[in-house]
This record gives sequence, structure tokens and C-alpha cells, in this order.
Amino acid sequence: MSLTEISAERVRRRGDDSAVLRMSDAEAAEIGNDPNTPDDDQRVLLNMGPSHPSTHGVLRLMLEMEGETVLRSKPVVGYLHTGMEKQGEQLSYLQGCTNVTRMDYASPLFNELAFSLTTEKLLGIEVPERATWIRMMMCELNRMASHFLFMASNGMDLGAVGMMIYGWREREEILRFFEKVTGLRMNHNYIRPGGVAADLPDDWQLDVARLLEIIPPRLEEYDTLMTGQPIWRARLQGVGAMAPEEAIALSATGPLLRSTGVPSDLRRDEPYLAYDQVEFDVIVGTYGDCYDRYAIRLNEIRESIRIVRQILDMMPSGDYRVQDKKVTPPPRARIDESMEALIHHFKIFTEGYKVPAGEAYAAVESPRGELGVYIVSDGSSHPYRMHVRSPSFINLQSMPHLMQNGLIADGVAIISSIDPIMGEVDR
Amino acid sequence: MGLIGDVKENGLEGLEYNFVTGQVESLVQWARTRSMWPATFGLACCAIEMMAAGAAHYDLARYGMEVFRASPRQADLMIVAGRVSQKMSPVLRQVYDQMMEPKWVISMGVCASTGGMFNNYAIVQGVDEVVPVDVYAPGCPPGPETLMHAIFTLHEKIQTGEILQRRSDNGGGAGITIEQRDGQSAPLEIRGAR
Amino acid sequence: MSESTEVDESEEVAAPDPQPEPPTRFGVPLSDSLGVSTIHPSPEEWLGVAEAARAEGFDHLTDLTAVDYLTYGAPRGLPDGINAERFEVVAHLSNVSSRERLRLRAQVPADEPTLPTLFDVWPGAEALEREVYDMFGIVFADHPDMCRILMPDDWVGHPLRKDYAVGQIPVQFKDEGMKR
Repeated sequence: MSLTEISAERVRRRGDDSAVLRMSDAEAAEIGNDPNTPDDDQRVLLNMGPSHPSTHGVLRLMLEMEGETVLRSKPVVGYLHTGMEKQGEQLSYLQGCTNVTRMDYASPLFNELAFSLTTEKLLGIEVPERATWIRMMMCELNRMASHFLFMASNGMDLGAVGMMIYGWREREEILRFFEKVTGLRMNHNYIRPGGVAADLPDDWQLDVARLLEIIPPRLEEYDTLMTGQPIWRARLQGVGAMAPEEAIALSATGPLLRSTGVPSDLRRDEPYLAYDQVEFDVIVGTYGDCYDRYAIRLNEIRESIRIVRQILDMMPSGDYRVQDKKVTPPPRARIDESMEALIHHFKIFTEGYKVPAGEAYAAVESPRGELGVYIVSDGSSHPYRMHVRSPSFINLQSMPHLMQNGLIADGVAIISSIDPIMGEVDR
Repeated sequence: MGLIGDVKENGLEGLEYNFVTGQVESLVQWARTRSMWPATFGLACCAIEMMAAGAAHYDLARYGMEVFRASPRQADLMIVAGRVSQKMSPVLRQVYDQMMEPKWVISMGVCASTGGMFNNYAIVQGVDEVVPVDVYAPGCPPGPETLMHAIFTLHEKIQTGEILQRRSDNGGGAGITIEQRDGQSAPLEIRGAR
Repeated sequence: MSESTEVDESEEVAAPDPQPEPPTRFGVPLSDSLGVSTIHPSPEEWLGVAEAARAEGFDHLTDLTAVDYLTYGAPRGLPDGINAERFEVVAHLSNVSSRERLRLRAQVPADEPTLPTLFDVWPGAEALEREVYDMFGIVFADHPDMCRILMPDDWVGHPLRKDYAVGQIPVQFKDEGMKR
């Protein structure tokens, strides 16, 4: 049995030697009153969050500490539980994207994409080529924006407060383009079953080319600021290390899994959209530590730039949404002249379109990992059941194992490097 | 502000009198609007836009508000940015109760204001069921411009409002009672009567 | 990673039948759902099938969720011999190296909503099973920490069950008829 296999057994432990503190609030409150607790017990139960600046929103941690060392920990989630899966049953397939886009609010387009791909699978429709490429370009830009948010928050969590400003500076540039295309800075509801909501604006090539021009030199600035910097390395290298067997056993995906050296990327492994027609590299790490996860995300921005550059040359012409009367509302000009078009438009937007009964699961590679949507349809215009496999929720399970026997200060780096988005964790 | 120019050139001697008269109330109001520290209470999507408002492009520091305090005890303003779940609402109230008077609340985004599109079991249908709200910012999420407009609206409200008498009808406020030293006049309650 | 159709030895050999043998995998019925291999273990077979699947290379438990079929009006797409029950626990497995995917659908009766836990097979099941318990009230026996995860500990009911109200407050201009 190799060393990594032994460490994979570590994550299966159930008892007190496990990294996970399996204790309810009531039990934690009882401990102080327990007369059997030895007086020389050096362990302390510490609560962190849910309102805490470095927990990325409303994550709460229960930590069992000995001095500054974390022995066991437990992420307590649900503070942002929005009932989105239940809400998804109330909304029609057309409205569904408005709901899911608010899940992972750092990369909203991926949620819409996963929902749309699943619905299209059930409907059995093919999306026009241009729509596919628009989706791909917008998603890669979104991946960049999301990773910039990571750079900003990761920097701030570790004390590089200037990174907060730099990360946002680049993100704003991308959001400005998004606002031009979709009308909103976030929560776009742009990718819909059957295509996208609107075609790209006329001079989109110029905007995208400008983005591709200004961002690469700024990534060099990041390298100068962080990558080679001794303090940055000391804070991240060797912190929160994980073996590939552990990561797979804990169902981790995305940069968390890739940092351990497993080249798992759905864009390459199970190509959706047109990822099989563009060239890019899957970035993997070696040590599975926080530094690898930082470096993976930084270099994924570079890969996304590479993809977007290819899309700029290869963007086909054609329709931006499927010309299937069943799912696509008639164009605005037709509504003014045709009664049928008006009724058709009204029907689609009030009642929605019917989706054949069945079940489908489609997954995309979001900036955080495998984002999958599982829909069960009963043949009506609303999903019977909509479930989202959210990468943040599942990746968060690895956190106690990464934190065990580390310092509390490193815990902040670990939370940040998992990059959980609480809207997606709690849904 | 000719006076200030004179002071710069000639010092206090240039003034006819070495003091400026005014109401204490307006001075307090002015001071309050100029250094209002928000508590970090980011919940969901709106928190990202709130961070964007504090970052390079929108630069909330222009209004003396860039210091987002992690401890509610150091904060004057709570920006409830995002949907409030049933599980979060006791925490929200506790954070609010820990803030010192005077304190204000901006409800940012439709989810915080009314529950938004999430009319279901999990979401509190409006944060005003939990804490008293001064300004509601619409939008899903409100852009940084909208948040700034909400902040200006609050500044205006503070500058034109009373400085002590707040929150009698909605049960807000810290409920601190100050006993008068002379033992004659009635105790002054910060919670106050409007 | 061959598409194994062999019948588990412990299962009784069916009587000779003119019909072709229904496809099976890991000894349980196999069906195809929009291109995804789906197997239908019973609650008793659940753990054994999971172990067999892991031994065959499905090392990644990608997703685990449940569906409450209380008010479902359409055909369920179950192969012959599988009795439809109210709850169905759905798991998605994948093989990280070959990228093969497999779906498990287990029928869980409403009067005894219990399944054995997959924690010992894939520790990543811990949070997912807690979520299913929280949302559907399906208990995973021998789970290390079977408690609510998303809702508060003292919450009553399981929100994603179909007989659990959405909890809408009435909204103007939206009458009862428009609600689903």
C-alpha cells in the first residue's frame, strides 16, 4: 500500500481520529457543562462565522483547537439556503435560468449553461453553431472574471490587500463587456434553452480584442506581485496539501482535484459545446497545496485567453438561437404584424413550452469544478425535479481534511483556495 | 467658504471672531455622514457588487466609507447585501444588536427588501421583518451606482433627520437608558419617543 | 471496463424464456436513459452494487440526490421487475480515468425510507447524504453524522417532499390558479 493510499484511508475514519468534527451545536454547548471533562483538557471549541470577513460570505466553521493547531473542524452550511431546487419546480423551463443563475454568482453563465444543456438534452434539440460559440466565449470570459475574483479575495485573505484592488480592476473590464452583451453585470439570464437571449453587439470583436490586449500584461503584474514573492510562497506552499486518492474519494472536482495532479477537466474529457475544436491545456498541479491551486487558477486565465482568441477567429455566422417554434419566441418584428405570433409569444412566456418526460443530467466545467444539473421532467412545462450538483458544496467536504493539524492562520488560506461560493453551496 | 481661505492665509487672526457658530445638531449630522463605516454583512450576489463598489473603479473611499468593519461593534451602517434565509435571520439580528447606536441599515437588492423572486419556505420575505431598514436599494443585484445612490439617500436622511429620536415605533435601537445625574429630570432613553 | 452483462452468481438463473435476457450489470437491471447507462438496485442490493462498481473503476461519486415521485403523472422509465416506489435515490458515478459514467436509481418505499450509507465506499457521500436526509427525510443507515445540513436543526419537515408546501406568501395579481 502506497503512502497516498494510506492517506486516502484517512478520509474514511469515523471516530475521534477523523478530521471532521461531527458534533451538533447542542452537543457543543453541553461540553462546558460536562463534569467529566478533565481540567487539564487543552482543547478549545472555536466558532468562526457565519458573519466573518474571511469565510467568503456565510460559511461557518466549528473548530476544535489545541493552541493554534486545528485538530478537527466542521463546515456548517445552510445560512444562505434559498430553496432554489424547490423554486425550480415552480418556474417553467424558460424561467429556470433566472433561478439557477443566482446560484454561483461569481460565474452565473455556467449555471445557465448547465441548466440549458440539460433541458436541451430532454427536448432533443440541436443548438445552432453560432449560439454554441457565443456560449463558449461568454463562459470563458466568465471563467476569467471568476478567477479574477478569486485572485482578489485570495490576496485579501492572505494580507495582500492590494490584490483586492487589482483583481477587481480586471474583473470590471470583463463585466463591462458583459453588461454590453447581456444588459447586466451579473445574473445575466443570457444563455437559455435553445441558444442565447440576444446576438452579440455589432462591434464585439473590438471589445473582446481589447480585453485580450489589456489582460495578459496585467497577469504579468500578478506574477511580479505574488507568484515569486517569498511571503506569498511561505503562506501557501505546503499548506493544505492533499493526495489525489483523497481528493477523488471525497468527490472533489475542479482546481481542487487538478491541484493533486489528476488531469480532470470536463472540457477535454467529455467535450461539450465546441471545446473539441479549440486548443487549450489542462493545468494540473503536483503537490495539491494552496499554492498549486492559486497557480492553476492564474494559468487557467491564460488558457481562457487562448481559447477566446481562437473563438475570435472562428466565430461562425448564423442564428443565435434555435429556429424551433416550440421553444423560441417569435422575433419582435413579427409580433407587431401577426396575431398568431403575438399569441405564440404570450403562450411561451406565460405557460412555457412542454418538455418530454424523462430524466437527464448534463455537466459543465465551471471555475469551481463539475457543475451538473439533473432534471426529471413529467412532460409538463415545469421541471418535476431540478437538482444541481454544485462543486462548491462537495469540494467543501475536503476542507476539514486539508485543515487538520495545520495552523488556524493557514485555515484562512485553505478556505480561500477552495474558493467556495456560498450561494452555490447552500442553493 | 471664504472663511477657510482666510484662515489658510492669515491664521485665526484673520477671523473677526475666533469661532464659528452653528447648531450642535448639524455638526453631529455632518460628522456622521462623513465617516460612516459599514459592517461587512455580505450574503449573496449583492455582496459581490458591494465589494465592487468598494474596489478600484467605483471607490467608496471617496465618501469616507471604504473601511468595511469586520466587527459590528465598530460599524455604523449595516448593508444587508443579499437574500436572508430563515437560518441566517437570528444571526443578522444578533449582528445588528451588537452595533452601537446610532446605526443604520440599507437593504440592498430585492431579495433583502422583499424576498425577491424567492417566495418560498427558506427566505425571509423582507429583512425589515428582522431589523428596521432605512433605505431600500432596488435591483437584482443593484449595481454599484445604485448602492451609492442608496448611500447618498441615507446621507441626506441623516442630515435632515433628528439625531437622537429614532426607532421608537419599530422596536429598534440599543435600548440604552441614561440616568440623569441630578436625579430630577426623567431618564433619557436613546431609543427615544418620536 | 467492458459493458458487462453477466448475471451475479447469487441471483437465481431465470427459467428459459423466448424473450431475450433483460440486460443487467452488477447483477441488477440495466437500462438506457438518453445515452446514460442506468442500473436499478434495490435497497438491499444498494451497498453491494456500489462496492462492485467501485471495484470496477468507478472511483468518483459525482452526485447523489433523490426524487419524490408522489405526484408524478408520466411513465417512470423503469425496467420490468422494478416496483416503483415514492422515493428514488439517484447517484451518478464516474470513472476518473476512463470518464465512463453510470447512474444508479434505487426505489425507496415511503413507509421505510432507509438506505445503507455509501460513506465507506466513497467518503464524499457524507454531505450529499446529509442533504438528501435534510430535504427528503431518507435516512442513510450507519452514516457517521446523520443530521440536517442546510435547514436549521429544529426545522420541522423535509422541504423537497412533494407534500411540503412551497411556503409562498400571497402575492397581489397572482391568484391560486396560477400557482402550481
